[in-house]
Amino acid sequence: MIDLSVDLGFLRLKNPVIAASGTFGYGLEFDPFINLDDIGGFVVKGLYSRPRPGNPPPRLAETSSGLINAIGLPGIGMKRFTEEILPQLRKYDTTLFVNVCGETEEEFAEVVDFLNGFDGIDAYELNISCPNVKLEGRCPALNPEDTYSVVKLVKEISTRPLVTKLSPNVTNIVEIAQSAQEAGSDAVSLVNTFLSMAIDTETRKPKIANIMGGLSGPAIKPIALRMVYQVAQHVTIPVFGIGGIMTGQDAVEFFLAGAKAVEVGTANFIDPAATVNIIKQLEQYCQTQGIDKLEDLIGAVDVSS
Amino acid sequence: MQKDPSARIVNTKHWGDYFLFSIESPIIATQALPGQFIMIRVSSRDYPLLRRPLSIHAREQNIIDIFFQASGLGTALLSQKTSSDSLDILGPLGHGFSLKGKEDLEDREVALIGGGRGIAPLFFLAQELRQRGAEVVVFYGGKTRSDLPLKDKFLKNGISVSCSTDDGSFGFHGFVTELFEAETEKKSFNFIYACGPEAMLEKTGQIGLQKDIPAEFSLESMMGCGFGACWGCVTKIKSKMGSEWQKTCEKGPVFSAKNIIWLNENK
Repeated sequence: MIDLSVDLGFLRLKNPVIAASGTFGYGLEFDPFINLDDIGGFVVKGLYSRPRPGNPPPRLAETSSGLINAIGLPGIGMKRFTEEILPQLRKYDTTLFVNVCGETEEEFAEVVDFLNGFDGIDAYELNISCPNVKLEGRCPALNPEDTYSVVKLVKEISTRPLVTKLSPNVTNIVEIAQSAQEAGSDAVSLVNTFLSMAIDTETRKPKIANIMGGLSGPAIKPIALRMVYQVAQHVTIPVFGIGGIMTGQDAVEFFLAGAKAVEVGTANFIDPAATVNIIKQLEQYCQTQGIDKLEDLIGAVDVSS
Repeated sequence: MQKDPSARIVNTKHWGDYFLFSIESPIIATQALPGQFIMIRVSSRDYPLLRRPLSIHAREQNIIDIFFQASGLGTALLSQKTSSDSLDILGPLGHGFSLKGKEDLEDREVALIGGGRGIAPLFFLAQELRQRGAEVVVFYGGKTRSDLPLKDKFLKNGISVSCSTDDGSFGFHGFVTELFEAETEKKSFNFIYACGPEAMLEKTGQIGLQKDIPAEFSLESMMGCGFGACWGCVTKIKSKMGSEWQKTCEKGPVFSAKNIIWLNENK
């Protein structure tokens, strides 16, 4: 029996495969396809304090081994989430992360303060890649000071562990990760999507109504992996690896690079059972490699010459 | 809705770039309703990455048919598959056409309007409507004669079809909406179901409003997942608040025509 569980210090995951925010709805959408108890955890779609409509279509464009999206974080808001969704999620035996958004630092704090009052949530993931109205639409994830400021504020209020989700659209992701750690984040998850663009050559129009969107999928995996490797060298808190993971082997790369858990995103769209398949493939990999504990893979990349 | 990773193509036909595949998938076929769709994985590799949504064209015991035009990368790859190939599909997905009870449909005149590949879901619908006693007339439009490959299939199944072509190469010379509008002068219809290009649907909706005929439209959309997780395919729908974006895959793909707000940029 291979031990796939991982100890994050603040939480123990039954296995290290988590479904990523924005690709897993509120979790319930996947109930017809998989047993949610089988996965390490899932992160529900980003929640603001109020419901939001999201962007006009087209919201998606397919690119070489990738997907560009500008969905615009639509959602039902924190109140309806706790009334309509959370009661249905409590029956699942898996780790529930709620992804928290805000147009201002105060909104992040408002959402976390509100959610603190409800049982059944295990941790928060802070989506600091949402545009901030007080920072002229810039998102806090783009510089260390703004990241520090929002993480610090939320950490003071939160009664639950905090995972800060980092944007790759920065010059030096390591210093942002260090800021999140200094501000008290319990873990960092990386990476969110890469700012990108696609143009229809017939109409000469951007393929996405928002003009630009975030690129995800296998196309980003090597860059995401490099960032996870760099960050894992320079922080002591757990790192969750995200970026184009489609198979167990992809996930293994992230563990070897130093990730303690992985988040599976775009793969959920192509195969709603992607998380479960990846867990099976991880088990098979450990079996063939003669590894008893998956934790032994973490950071085990051999860079010796 | 379920995943069937081992559905199997049992028959294929094609007319130019239009294709008809029969797919054996007991779990999906037994649950399918007219207007619902399936998501097909067209490549086992990473490109094209996303599944393709295709409406269910017909259902016969354990078999579902799809009818599609090879118009892009995904459908071109799909069109290359052959009999006995296995297919990874999800379905049946979405909310299909509302089928009222026999008491509501018996002896009612129902118009089915299909433009080009938009004819796909209307065969399954026509058969179900006829079983419930409705009188079905299909209006089938295309740019040219070769865009109407299914006209004989409807006729063989005893369903009356009126055809139109934009270039006049077959049937009525003009848009299918003009053909339908002329027909409403002679005959009164109780209901309209339609699928096709947005301009055709918008015009059909106007005719329905003028003549006070309720209508339902099946919309085509690019989709990320097909089951409500990605929020990528949205349609603007009238709501208490004025309007809202609804997921085409989950709340649709069939919507009541009077609730759809058409977007100018999509014309």
